[in-house]
Amino acid sequence: HNVQDGASAGKTLPERVKIVEVGPRDGLQNEKTVVPSEVKIHLIDMLSEAGLSVIEATSFVSPKWVPQMADQVEVMMGIHRRPGVSYPVLTPNLKGFLAAVNAGAAEVAIFGAASELFSKKNINCSVDESLQRFEVVTKAAKEAGVPVRGYVSCVLGCPYEGKVSPDKVAQVAKRLYSMGCYEISLGDTIGVGTPGGMTEMLQAVSREVPVNALAVHCHDTYGQALANILIALQMGISVVDSSVAGLGGCPYAQGASGNVATEDVVYMLHGLGIQTGVDLPKLMDAGAFICCSLNKKTSSKVAQATCKL
Amino acid sequence: MGNIPTSVKHCLSYEQLIQDYPWLGSRLQEEKEMVPTRVKIQLINMLSETGLPVIEATSFVSSKWVPQMADHTEVLQAIHRSSHARYPVLTPNMHGFQDAVAAGATEVAVFGSASETFSQKNINCSIDDSMLRFEEVICTAKQQQIPVRGYVSCALGCPYEGPIEPTKVAEVVKRLYELGCYEVSLGDTIGVGTPGSMAKMLQYVMKEVPSSALAVHCHDTYGQALANILTALQMGICAVDSSVAGLGGCPYAQGASGNVSTEDVLYMLHGMGIKTGVDLSKVIEAGDFICKALNRKTNSKVAQARSKSS
Repeated sequence: HNVQDGASAGKTLPERVKIVEVGPRDGLQNEKTVVPSEVKIHLIDMLSEAGLSVIEATSFVSPKWVPQMADQVEVMMGIHRRPGVSYPVLTPNLKGFLAAVNAGAAEVAIFGAASELFSKKNINCSVDESLQRFEVVTKAAKEAGVPVRGYVSCVLGCPYEGKVSPDKVAQVAKRLYSMGCYEISLGDTIGVGTPGGMTEMLQAVSREVPVNALAVHCHDTYGQALANILIALQMGISVVDSSVAGLGGCPYAQGASGNVATEDVVYMLHGLGIQTGVDLPKLMDAGAFICCSLNKKTSSKVAQATCKL
Repeated sequence: MGNIPTSVKHCLSYEQLIQDYPWLGSRLQEEKEMVPTRVKIQLINMLSETGLPVIEATSFVSSKWVPQMADHTEVLQAIHRSSHARYPVLTPNMHGFQDAVAAGATEVAVFGSASETFSQKNINCSIDDSMLRFEEVICTAKQQQIPVRGYVSCALGCPYEGPIEPTKVAEVVKRLYELGCYEVSLGDTIGVGTPGSMAKMLQYVMKEVPSSALAVHCHDTYGQALANILTALQMGICAVDSSVAGLGGCPYAQGASGNVSTEDVLYMLHGMGIKTGVDLSKVIEAGDFICKALNRKTNSKVAQARSKSS
């Protein structure tokens, strides 16, 4: 029966996985160094060349709160949009949405939380209030024919509340899905999750939202990301968020790592025979470029190993 | 949905503990600086307090080849042995075995390879010849009631040969097991394995050797270790090798990481409700100690996160 386990673990994996590259937005937003617009644009262009089909380009949150993304319009206008590639941008409210569409955005994303305290501390309102705000955005987006992706943060734990109930995560995911988000990305914001918690949470959420509308956004703060992603794949998830070179530290644990590195995810997926459309050497070039610009070492183990052999 | 619950229950219901083998002994041999003997002794003593059931203490390879382990006798004699733990030592041949026993060793380990080229380059002989050497050690050890653990390196890839056939790995594992090793640890020496290749290799190996006699020794050079360990657990493996603070880089990729960190493995296992009997915070303390002594940063993400969070 052990041999069966191994064989069936292989059988339940998706043939193809879509990678949502969040480096230029989530990654750069959480790096200390502010990067000039030309560098951001060049990074996004290199990522487009690497075969990624979704690249989160920038954020239309007020530059008061996120100065690293103040050049949002310039970036949107400056990137070379590859046919077949989507460049979603964050839009926290209607104002941001309108500015985004004006700047040429063809897809947007909204950010909810599964934790009340996190919602209050992060965006200054309760989960319910935030969902009401988002409903305004999804309505406007529907009218404009702009797809909306929803994010739920703290799905496996909250820096303030600690444990988060899987049912709460399911509730928030369901609301985002019902109001029109085509996909819900479930974020392990502080990277505390392990395969056990991931399984439980996905079981609860997939009762409310179809599995093909779900994605996982795992942080590698405790080194658990790839194991958590593997579990998610075994449960039918076929969309994975990651960040080139593992850009973006953890704002809740100074100096600790944050996003999982796209290179490491792609290495695992290709090793499993799963198609991604991504050219790993070109991806590593993009990673090398941005690390050079940020004057920092890559957080990707694949990149580290490959340079040194 | 999925296979995780089954394998977790399997481990729990059979009350099999996950054995962690922090490779501090052999892995210190890959650290560039010579670590003072008293530091090694203190590290092992700290690890003995954590609940780890097996701690690889040192190596009886000739100090000509591995100068960092020249103090093997001193280390073995000075450590405080916990009644809950075992302290195997590496013994490549009869000479090393005899020295080890004279120094008080009560468990030994032998190191084979699934790759001919690696065997030649690493221990200067073919796989077949190495087995003859090991046979001698294992026979003598059996007579003295000293358990022997076997290691097979390059189980998922070789720095010289590239991919390694799972059938070859199975062959070597089977030989070591039949010679008398109570357990064989399958090493992904250069960390190139992924859950796909891990599953395939284990399928072949488990046709020849029961899963209860197998362990995995994953390297994290490409960040794949925990995912590979998870795959092994799903297939019924219950013994995992790891190294406190992820000590020991990869000698085949300068500056790249090597061993997986015991702290990160424990975090995953405990998060999954799997029993290990190990106190994670004490392992983190031991990791802090050795990193300070070596003047370097830990490779454990758990240790990094714990020290940095408010």
